[in-house]
Amino acid sequence: MIVKQLSVFVENKPGRISVILDALAKHPINIQALSLADASEFGVLRLIVDDIDSAKALLRQIGVIVKTTEVLAVEMEHVPGGAAAILSCLAAKEIAVEYVFAGALQQQGKIALFLRTKDLACAQTTLMEAGYLQA
Amino acid sequence: MANYLSDAETMSRDELRKLQSERLVWQVRRTYDNVECFRRRMDEAGLKPSDIHGVEDLHRLPFSYKQDLRDYYPYGLFAVPMSDIVRVHASSGTTGKRIVVGYTENDLSMWAQCVARMLTAVGVTKDDIVQVAYGFGLFTGGFGAKDGAELLGATVIPISSGNTALQIQTMIDFGATVLCCTPSYALYLGEEIERMGLKDQLKLKAGIFGAEPWTEDMRLQIEKKLGLKAYDIYGLSEILGPGVGCECTEQAGMHVWEDHFIPEIIDPDTGEVLPEGAQGELVFTTITKEGFPAIRYRTRDICSLNYEPCKCGRTHLRMRSPQGRSDDMLIIRGVNVFPSQIEEVLLKVSGDDITPNYQIVVDRVNNNDTFDVNVEMSERLFADDIGSIQAVEKHITEQLRNMLGIGAKVHLVNPKTIERSEGKAKRVIDRRKLTRN
Repeated sequence: MIVKQLSVFVENKPGRISVILDALAKHPINIQALSLADASEFGVLRLIVDDIDSAKALLRQIGVIVKTTEVLAVEMEHVPGGAAAILSCLAAKEIAVEYVFAGALQQQGKIALFLRTKDLACAQTTLMEAGYLQA
Repeated sequence: MANYLSDAETMSRDELRKLQSERLVWQVRRTYDNVECFRRRMDEAGLKPSDIHGVEDLHRLPFSYKQDLRDYYPYGLFAVPMSDIVRVHASSGTTGKRIVVGYTENDLSMWAQCVARMLTAVGVTKDDIVQVAYGFGLFTGGFGAKDGAELLGATVIPISSGNTALQIQTMIDFGATVLCCTPSYALYLGEEIERMGLKDQLKLKAGIFGAEPWTEDMRLQIEKKLGLKAYDIYGLSEILGPGVGCECTEQAGMHVWEDHFIPEIIDPDTGEVLPEGAQGELVFTTITKEGFPAIRYRTRDICSLNYEPCKCGRTHLRMRSPQGRSDDMLIIRGVNVFPSQIEEVLLKVSGDDITPNYQIVVDRVNNNDTFDVNVEMSERLFADDIGSIQAVEKHITEQLRNMLGIGAKVHLVNPKTIERSEGKAKRVIDRRKLTRN
């Protein structure tokens, strides 16, 4: 399903990620998945959290730049070939993946894959038709 | 070494003052009659040219500003018809209005004389071979130096700036004895020559360097690497070009040719004229220029004037090298930069109502000016992908280059990381130590 992700601007200086994670921990807000896309002087920290509205508000309060982005969340078995199958399915339909990262799920033996594509609705339909997503 | 001294340069202070008074009265009259901007200011102040009898009344006249040249661009401040203007020069091109200045035949002749005096003061004679590596074009440096050196009778190599390999080849093959260029370029040439091991093939004895501020340390390095005596000159296009002021062999301040210019030092906040020797903002009045006269033009340079007689024999006062500016203008790689220009670019790029918080950091690394602009990230400038953010940085860099003519390194930084003092952000950090003595 399509979920909201938090994108955060991070300057490449020691402690910049800690400040963000500490603030979330204090609330407390749990992080389901995280990924850092890096350029040399800055990065974009991507977070899937359990309470995105509170997370956004408290991060703004400490002067952090945040934005919400939509991504596709796909549940899968945590076995070899799990991610490969999903990505091949998208590749077969010529759907380009901009980024992808994985995160925890409550269920044992399962993980969540978070994907960003240009057209999320199209990716969603493709994966539903192939049986990787429930309707 | 005795340098030729003209009668004009050794006039007594009393004779000089009398001459200045006569010329000032002439200039005020004709500028009032021909230049609308000056006439309007005089009328607003309730002053008539007949109220000005001499130098003692100079302080009553209204000031003029760089903004006037923009408001009256291009020729609105000229005091003669365009058919009498035989040359125009302008400041280096950036977007927006350049400063345009104009010269009559007599002005060009006077300019050449000022530069010839300047060259003579540092020991240059008709037997010298002068390499003019200031840019030739709308910039006043190249033509100014060339005309003066030619008038003196020296051999001029009008090589202009750039093409370092050719500069060095020429210096050696053509036997240049004098070099005219910016101090940073002189240093650069010196380093190249040192690297190539060619110093003992040079015949240079003197260098005249200006158009940007430079340090005592740079002077020593230039002298060491090029094997010459390095002299400081002062000039600005709005007053003349190079040749307004120059050191003599005593190197105790730069003589200003008082038969052509009347300098004053004022308090930049109140406009009050300060006593002899005090430090403040330098103001110039041109008393012989025909085409584009300047009456109490505020240079924004901070310095002091020394009226004591100089050991060289010249009676004209000496100005100290500028110690800073009374406005926020920076000179980076020889180009004038105002923080307000950066603000304009950031405002446009951010598409916001308020300028993103920014800070300019200027430093000197390997004898080159470095120019960094830190911009606080905002939600407007932020995007979820690296490429877009980098594109924003690139866009700002390009817009700054269009605006200023030089390249800056743009860094997007965390909000609230740019230091503030008393609620005002510290806009400029200039780590170069550019003032001397």
